[in-house]
Amino acid sequence: MTNSSIVLRESRYHHIKAMLARLRLDSSARLVVLVDKDGQQIAVHGELGDLDTTSLASLAAGNVAATGGMAKLIGENEFPTLSHEGEKESIHISVIGRVLLLVVFDDRSSLGLVKLRSKQISHELAKTFIEIEQESAAAAADGGALPFTGITDEEIDSLFSPAS
Amino acid sequence: MTFINYASREINCKIVYYGPGLCGKTTNLQFIYDSTAPQAKGKLISLATEADRTLFFDFMPLELGTVRGFKTRFHLYTVPGQVFYEASRKLILKGVDGVVFVADSQEERMDANIESLSNLEENLRAYGYELMKLPYVLQLNKRDLPNVIASPDLTAELQRKGEPVIEAVASTGEGVFDTLKAVAKQVLTELRKS
Repeated sequence: MTNSSIVLRESRYHHIKAMLARLRLDSSARLVVLVDKDGQQIAVHGELGDLDTTSLASLAAGNVAATGGMAKLIGENEFPTLSHEGEKESIHISVIGRVLLLVVFDDRSSLGLVKLRSKQISHELAKTFIEIEQESAAAAADGGALPFTGITDEEIDSLFSPAS
Repeated sequence: MTFINYASREINCKIVYYGPGLCGKTTNLQFIYDSTAPQAKGKLISLATEADRTLFFDFMPLELGTVRGFKTRFHLYTVPGQVFYEASRKLILKGVDGVVFVADSQEERMDANIESLSNLEENLRAYGYELMKLPYVLQLNKRDLPNVIASPDLTAELQRKGEPVIEAVASTGEGVFDTLKAVAKQVLTELRKS
């Protein structure tokens, strides 16, 4: 690939889920979602209900990209946090390196508390993602570790037979 | 940027439909959405103006199936085609794994195609990508209209690197899935190499 892929191992995933669970509890939030800046959902924890978190992830990334573009126009590198306050539900987004930490909360919490707890966990998340990036680069260099290495044309073709 | 999640056993890739205004990018996505079984797709999100022109992007997640125990999911995006949305158009390309260029086959849109293709190359370069190295498909859309340029002439003008060229009528679905297949196959083939 022209840009680096992210490879998330199970142990890392469970560590991230535990961090999100802790943040959700500490901030009395409804839901915590971790999203890649390109819009891919990495992990989610909390009251999901019928919320479409895939769309939420994509829109959050678009939102951060758009405000980041505005930041550059006025001479800032980026806006590290974004908040959207609604009547009942609100969203707070923190930009942490290449990932976005998105917290959905209602009147059981407050913007101040969510901001504080998000900031407290951001260093640990940043450190974890630097390590994940290093692992991903190593996995790419050692192609044997990736699931699609050596995949045959027949295997790829098999994906398309039902869709056509 | 492909995202491989061993915990949920998923591989996620990003495909962007690019092209001049009103060339049929959103129509491609709409047809894919309408023709796909509910369990294989998520919502189609359209950030459009009141006049139904794409303002920021359209997005839909699509699950193709399972290979080697991993679900393959494609996130399909369109860009806003209108020239003055340049800033937001560029943002959508970030992290792209494959591109479909939707060309408008009508004679009067030839200049717009050339301008948009050159804009694509420029915007890719800004992120450090090269069109020549990226999974890429050229779709010649609106083949049903009366004033179209002959396919070989359009291909000679717009083809960059021997990429698959697919004739399409996105409004009826002709060529839409062939285009998607052609780009998705290239993306998965790239994963084999990585």
